[in-house]
Amino acid sequence: MSDAVRLIEIKEEIHADNDRTAKALRAKLEEKKTFLLNLMSSPGSGKTSTILKTIETLRDRFRFAVLEADIDSTVDAEAVAAVGIPAVQLRTGGFCHLDAAMVTKGLEALDLDALDIVVVENVGNLVCPAEFDTGAVRNAMILSVPEGDDKPLKYPLMFTVSDVLLVNKIDYLPFSNFDLEAMRKRAMKLNPQMEIFEVSARTGQGFEQWASWLAREVSDFLNSAPGASRPAIGKFLSISRC
Amino acid sequence: MHELQITERILDIVLKHAAGQKVDRIVRIHLRIGALSDLEDEWIQRYFDYLSRGTVAENAKLAIVRANAVMRCPSCSSSFEVGREELASAQCPDCGERELELAAGREYLIENMEVL
Repeated sequence: MSDAVRLIEIKEEIHADNDRTAKALRAKLEEKKTFLLNLMSSPGSGKTSTILKTIETLRDRFRFAVLEADIDSTVDAEAVAAVGIPAVQLRTGGFCHLDAAMVTKGLEALDLDALDIVVVENVGNLVCPAEFDTGAVRNAMILSVPEGDDKPLKYPLMFTVSDVLLVNKIDYLPFSNFDLEAMRKRAMKLNPQMEIFEVSARTGQGFEQWASWLAREVSDFLNSAPGASRPAIGKFLSISRC
Repeated sequence: MHELQITERILDIVLKHAAGQKVDRIVRIHLRIGALSDLEDEWIQRYFDYLSRGTVAENAKLAIVRANAVMRCPSCSSSFEVGREELASAQCPDCGERELELAAGREYLIENMEVL
C-alpha cells in the first residue's frame, strides 16, 4: 500500500437519480393521461388562492386534485378539500422543496384514472424547488407584486425552469413601485419562451387568459399520442447536465 | 437551504466509488457546480464534515469549481459563456441578438476524487 494520492474518476451528476425518477413519473402520467402542474413561488405570494381560483374557473371542464407540500402543517390541504377537491398533504418534515420521489409517493394516494389535472403546490421558496425536477408536465411560478420586480435578477434559476409566470396581486400595482415592464424584460431575458399572465386571485382579474392557456396545454396533453408532448422548459436545460 | 440533501448525495456517490478500491481515506473531492446554483460552498463543506464522520470521507475537502452558464444564440447558433451577473444583460457576441437560450448552468457534477 503506497502513500501516493490516487485519482478516482467519478463523472457522476448529483441529480441523476432524481432526473431518472422524474422521467419515469412523466412516462406514467402520459400513460394515465394525467396532467401534472408544478406550482412554485415564495411564501405568501398566493399559491393556494391561485389554485382555488383556477379550479373554480376550470372545474366544469377538468377533474382536479391537489398535492400540497408544507414543511409542517395541513392548512392548505384543508382549504382545498373544503371546496370538494381531493387533496393530499405531503409534510416535507423540514425539506425545503419537493423532489420526484416525494411527488410519486404523494400521487399514490390519488386515483389517477379519475383525474385530468393534479396541481402540485410546492414548498414556498424561490430557490430550492427550482433545482429539482418533480416529474411535472409543466412548471408554473408566481411572482406577486409586493415581492418586487427585481426577483428575476435574484432567483434566475426559478425563472429559467418555469413554463409560465403568473404575476399575482396585480390589483396592488397602483399602490406599489413595481415596474412591470422592467420585470418582464428581466424574465424574458432568462427565458424567452415563458408565458406571462397578470392576475389577481382576489379579484379574478386575468384568470380567463391564464385558465385558457392552461386548458389548452391540458387538452393538447390529453389528446397527444404517447411520447409526443412537448417537454417542459426545465427539461431543455438538462441537455447539458452530462 | 437544500445543501443537506445535495451533500448526502455527494457522500453516497463518493462512498460508492470508493468501495472495493482499497481506499484508506478520501482526501479531496472535485465538484463542478453551475453558475445558476444558489448553493453556498461553505455550507456544503460544513454539512459534509458532519455527515462524513466515521466514513473514509471524513476530513475530505470539497474543491468546488463554479462553471459559467452557457448561452446559445438561436439566430446564429453560436454558444458563449456568461457569469451569473451577466445573465440578465447578455447579448450574442457574434450577431448582437438579445433573445438567447440558456444551454447550461445548472450542473452538479462530481468530477473525481483524490484518495489514499
